[in-house]
Amino acid sequence: MVHQLINSLTDGFLLGFVYGLAAMGLSLIWGVMSVINLAHGPVITVGMLATYLLFVHVGLNPYLAIVVVAGIGLVLGLIIYITAVHRVISAPHLSSLLATFAVNMIILGIFNAVFGGDQNNIDFSLGSLSIGFLNVTYSRLLAAVGAVAVTVFLYLYLYFTRTGKSIRAVANNREAAELMGIPSTRVLALSFGLGSLLAAVAGSLISTIFPFTIFSGGPYELKSFVICVLGGLGNPLGALLGGLILGLMEGLIPIWMPTSWVPVVEFGLFVFVLVVRPTGLLGAK
Amino acid sequence: MRNWKGKIVLILLAAGLVLLGCGQEAPKPQAKKASEAKPEAAKPAAEKPAAEKPAAEKPAAEKPAAEKPKDPAAEAKSDPPAKAGEKTVIIGFTSSKSGKFKTEGGRQINGLNLWMEQVNAKGGVKLADGTMVKFAFKDYDDESNKDRVQELYTRLINNDKADFLISPYSSGLADASAVIAQQYNKIMITTGAASDSTYKKGYTLIYQAYTPASRYLTGAVDMLAKLSPKSKKIAIIYEKAKFSQDVVNALKAYATSKGFKVVLFDGYDKDTTDFAAFINKIPPKTDAVMGGGHFADTSTLTKQLYEKKVNAKLFAFLVAPPEPKFAEIGAACFAVVGPSQWEPAAKYSEEAAKAAGMTWFGPSVQEFDDSYKKKYGEDPSYHSAGGYAAALILQAAIEKAGSIDTDKVKKALDDMNMMTFFGVTKFDTGKDNHGLQAGHDMVYIQWFKDPKGEFVKKIVWPVAAASAKPFVCPAR
Repeated sequence: MVHQLINSLTDGFLLGFVYGLAAMGLSLIWGVMSVINLAHGPVITVGMLATYLLFVHVGLNPYLAIVVVAGIGLVLGLIIYITAVHRVISAPHLSSLLATFAVNMIILGIFNAVFGGDQNNIDFSLGSLSIGFLNVTYSRLLAAVGAVAVTVFLYLYLYFTRTGKSIRAVANNREAAELMGIPSTRVLALSFGLGSLLAAVAGSLISTIFPFTIFSGGPYELKSFVICVLGGLGNPLGALLGGLILGLMEGLIPIWMPTSWVPVVEFGLFVFVLVVRPTGLLGAK
Repeated sequence: MRNWKGKIVLILLAAGLVLLGCGQEAPKPQAKKASEAKPEAAKPAAEKPAAEKPAAEKPAAEKPAAEKPKDPAAEAKSDPPAKAGEKTVIIGFTSSKSGKFKTEGGRQINGLNLWMEQVNAKGGVKLADGTMVKFAFKDYDDESNKDRVQELYTRLINNDKADFLISPYSSGLADASAVIAQQYNKIMITTGAASDSTYKKGYTLIYQAYTPASRYLTGAVDMLAKLSPKSKKIAIIYEKAKFSQDVVNALKAYATSKGFKVVLFDGYDKDTTDFAAFINKIPPKTDAVMGGGHFADTSTLTKQLYEKKVNAKLFAFLVAPPEPKFAEIGAACFAVVGPSQWEPAAKYSEEAAKAAGMTWFGPSVQEFDDSYKKKYGEDPSYHSAGGYAAALILQAAIEKAGSIDTDKVKKALDDMNMMTFFGVTKFDTGKDNHGLQAGHDMVYIQWFKDPKGEFVKKIVWPVAAASAKPFVCPAR
């Protein structure tokens, strides 16, 4: 029993970092421009598919592909911002919600037409690490390491570079930032790009652990929402914390209950946090 | 003005209802009614083209009449006319061209298409009155979706005038379609569908080509007992779906009756990709891991069991292992055992049929294998063979009945006891399990590594059909 508990906790914990990374993208976009990005899921899928295609057709190591995928995510985010989000950024929330939902449908439609609903699997097995009874697959370990590395980069970028500081300034108070001479449009576009970058990288990491279909981004988008609410919307660190909590829950719950109960408990928690502490664990007061 | 428009809509609705009602009872008067109704329906639309509703409904009302000359099957369904000639029988089915059954469903359709190409190339089937019957397929994509299946089969029967039906792939979808077939009094051969429960519902026109689920993994238990007589513990991880639950419930009962202890019996939801929670639950020193569901989840489960270095003497899973594509998971496929409805190395032959005292029908295993490879450039899997076999069973029944009349073909199916390249076909005709496959048997394959380092599957069980000896899975 103890063995099972530790194994499950480790698996859940490692996966939690990747969940956290995906949620961070959503959280960043919300924090900077108060847009709920419903195209988050498809962007995660873009990350998965790009990694898969690079692996299958170019033979690129999926872990190296992450760099390329990050670039793709950034560019895609910029394109989505310029074409769909910028015009509705100051409009009521429903407009941006609908705009990003339209992007979501467009991307999924294209994927369905081009790739179909088949399951894709990156056949890149690294085996597993065994320490006594503890057994962890390297793919999970590396995904967690990758997620942590990206989080550290994001932190350094936001706190120690000029553009990073402008992003934080715009998130804090857009009008004041504009008065200080910060080009807010450019900063907003960049933030959206960064959010997409995080989603795509998370997708890329997920694709090294699990097989996926073009619809696989959807569940992670939902998880991201739960995580953001849990950790506090707009706070990247809260997202990471929320991700870890969710990952641990997914590891723990199936020990005592059938796995079908996992989403019930997850969304139960979602509602509970909304009622008891609407700002989330690390959210601003 | 509004009243006038409303009247048109009402008239159209009434006409539509009359058409619908007739369509289900007798096709002949329906065609007549349709042509009567047509001017009525077309008139208001012509008078007022701007009126949206009549214009939109017009094509629908016109359709049956317009289709009539193109649709010889509609005539063929009433008593066959005396004149000898050619006739086209329409076989309707839905196929999972998208969604999660794409792989298996696609292969099944390949098999069906190959059958049609071959039977039509030979000039078709000769009926008792000398009419040559050719076959045509009518199919839709069901998106692997149960709700779509019922809607589409109703459409196949009512709009497309299908004479016979073949089920979609998977027990769940086939079960959904069987209701419709029975309701409309159409014979359906199910294939790619092994669940037993469909045949316990009192249907009389549904016939199963596959070995039923209850006999799917029981052979693996026998195999384990023979391979490693000291084995005691079996862990069962299965997909929560109709078919796999039928299989594992029968498996659990059988294993317990043979003195094994089922140490884990846990189901996962469809579309599960993370099996860590289940794998962590497998108790140490488990002798065998069995179960699975469909292709995608089972191959993922197998891969994760390998990555997690789970050791057991035997891994036996549903559906995925016999698929050639299973080798794509690499080293994880090694030593895995899977039940297969059919394998290209199966030893069914005309001589075997003679020895067993039954008739032989259709191409030899070799002929099927060769023609399939030639047409599709890949090895046939049991899904492909199952598709072909379903149509072959129907062909055999029509030939024997010498008619395409539902009652006569049904009698031929009830009496059937034949061997084809697919194996034995014999149906349970008892009241409780009518249509359940009673003759066909599973073969078990295991994945070997050939000297070149490539993974190949060989038949290892039952001993009589085996081309290689089964082995215990080495430590991982």
